Amino acid sequence: MSTGTLYDKVWELHRVAELPGGSTQLFIGLHLIHEVTSPQAFAALADLGLTVRHPERTVATVDHIVPTTSQQRPFADPLAEEMLSTLERNCATHGITLHGIGSGRQGIVHVIAPELGLSQPGMTVACGDSHTSTHGAFGAIAFGIGTSQVRDVLASQSLAMTKLRVRRIWVEGALQPGVYAKDLVLHIIRRLGVKGGVGHAYEFAGPTIDGLSMEERMTLCNMAIEGGARVGYVNPDATTFAALRGRPAAPSGEAWQRALAWWSSIASDADAVYDDEVRIDASAIAPTVTWGITPGQGIGVDEHVPTLEQIDPQERPLAEEAYRYMDLQPGTPIAGLPVDVCFIGSCTNGRLSDLQAAAAVARGRQVAPGLRAFVVPGSEQVAAAAEAEGLDRIFREAGFEWRAPGCSMCLAMNPDRLEGREISASSSNRNFKGRQGSASGRTLLMSPAMVAAAAVTGVVSDVRQLLP
Amino acid sequence: MDFPSGPIPLVTGTALPLPGDDIDTDRIIPARFLKGVSFAGLGEQAFADDRRELAGQHPFDRPDHAGARLLLVNGNFGCGSSREHAPQALMRWGIRALVGESFAEIFFGNCLALGLPCLQAPRAVMHELQALATAAPTAAWELDVMARELRQGDRRWPLTLADGPHGMLLSGRWDATGQLLAHDAELRATAARLPYLSGFRG
Repeated sequence: MSTGTLYDKVWELHRVAELPGGSTQLFIGLHLIHEVTSPQAFAALADLGLTVRHPERTVATVDHIVPTTSQQRPFADPLAEEMLSTLERNCATHGITLHGIGSGRQGIVHVIAPELGLSQPGMTVACGDSHTSTHGAFGAIAFGIGTSQVRDVLASQSLAMTKLRVRRIWVEGALQPGVYAKDLVLHIIRRLGVKGGVGHAYEFAGPTIDGLSMEERMTLCNMAIEGGARVGYVNPDATTFAALRGRPAAPSGEAWQRALAWWSSIASDADAVYDDEVRIDASAIAPTVTWGITPGQGIGVDEHVPTLEQIDPQERPLAEEAYRYMDLQPGTPIAGLPVDVCFIGSCTNGRLSDLQAAAAVARGRQVAPGLRAFVVPGSEQVAAAAEAEGLDRIFREAGFEWRAPGCSMCLAMNPDRLEGREISASSSNRNFKGRQGSASGRTLLMSPAMVAAAAVTGVVSDVRQLLP
Repeated sequence: MDFPSGPIPLVTGTALPLPGDDIDTDRIIPARFLKGVSFAGLGEQAFADDRRELAGQHPFDRPDHAGARLLLVNGNFGCGSSREHAPQALMRWGIRALVGESFAEIFFGNCLALGLPCLQAPRAVMHELQALATAAPTAAWELDVMARELRQGDRRWPLTLADGPHGMLLSGRWDATGQLLAHDAELRATAARLPYLSGFRG
């Protein structure tokens, strides 16, 4: 059993009561909501005659269903319009702040909360979205929940939870040029599997993690859930504090000093005990691409699609399903595979540094003929910052579309989607069958720079050969 | 259709085998069906794309499995998106309990919150159970949640379920809202020791 880790400390601090039946009631410090998983929760709350316990600890935005072309209200899609107007009405009724379209603060929930300084070390953060693990980059314990649990947090600012085991993932060695946090996390999931993290919180630590920027740490923690770990986090340090300083919801003045002391005390102790530990050498990682239908089916861009013999016997049925669905031959190189659509964005890779990395590849080049390529900034703030440094112009001149913020083609709840058997090179987080809006559409996950490389060459390409 | 309520010591009915590891919630209910402000109507859309792909051969379309209440699955079932629409779709289709090798965590919690027990059995046992249910689709099964055991005819298989959810299902306290609201004083005490709630103003 773990002791002295950040997870243990945050768990103890937020423990309200032991519930009959063996679960623990845990206080939730920040509740993020959006239009897809909250309407039924508000309806259930009304049915029970309850109100929102802590509206000031609840923050809303709209991201999943927003169109990225015209955002004029009412939306062209009446169902999308109904979902947004329902969220607006629920927030108004209960006194919840909603960062709506045009507010300057709207965007993907996991992009805007860190931007606003809402996600802080030592907090518990819950949201009806599995990628809530993103906020663990700040040293928060953050996790996705379902709609019944959204109802519970609205009603009681707490949840019935069971404590997780803590696995330390110790990463050493420098990421090589052209290799990013996305490649690191795809590599970790490849190593540990998509169910390796079930029942665990992942603590990402070691010299490589210490050297990552906050945006890189967010990419890493974002995809902990793709490895089965509901929670992923990085201990807060000087990088974390520098990223928080001056944000709208961050403390200032004397409160800042008190916050620093408390945040520092939350980090895992030097003699903390972990349930287990895994070591990763980051210097050996190549730009990584998925070839299959789970995020664990990844390979280096210089590798071949694995043959059945190279795959663990238990994983072979899934591999065979993946060969069929993806229409890929085992033993063939992944580099050179033609793509139809290139998508840069999502809560995994829709932040400024992601767009900068992709723009560095796109600059002065042209999107391959016949290919659709588009960039969807993670938030209005990301869009404004990117435009201020001319990234939108670089993308447009290269033949990319520059869109408005939202979740977009990560899950295709808006009009952005694959058609038929199209293959996308995507900076998002899931390559599940049908994920990007076509029941037979195919997704190759990779870093934003690798997506840009695929866009300008028309095929899966090693971005290291395109970097200056 | 009656949805689960109160204590759930036993689930009986026919069983539906759904083979495959890592079946994610996008497959259980594709994202386009999440557009809406209620869960009504999701039952018919369970596995919509997989069913279309298999053109009538998907387990959810086979007439001999119609009305099944137990779903027999393999490893990491329900991984991916946290959408409660996935267990809602299964429940509204008629499923009342799942037995599998393992379940993704958020999915498991969502099922528990709806009163859908998810119990586990080893890989080889799941393969055996799925083969039995395929061979005899109208056979009656008994999932004894209390005893953590699955029974069919004279045969019985031990299952696992952690004590926490086991206790919640048996006591009927799987719907957590009431319990969470019962600890107001403790909730205030917890809030009082979290300095960030007052913006570290001391």
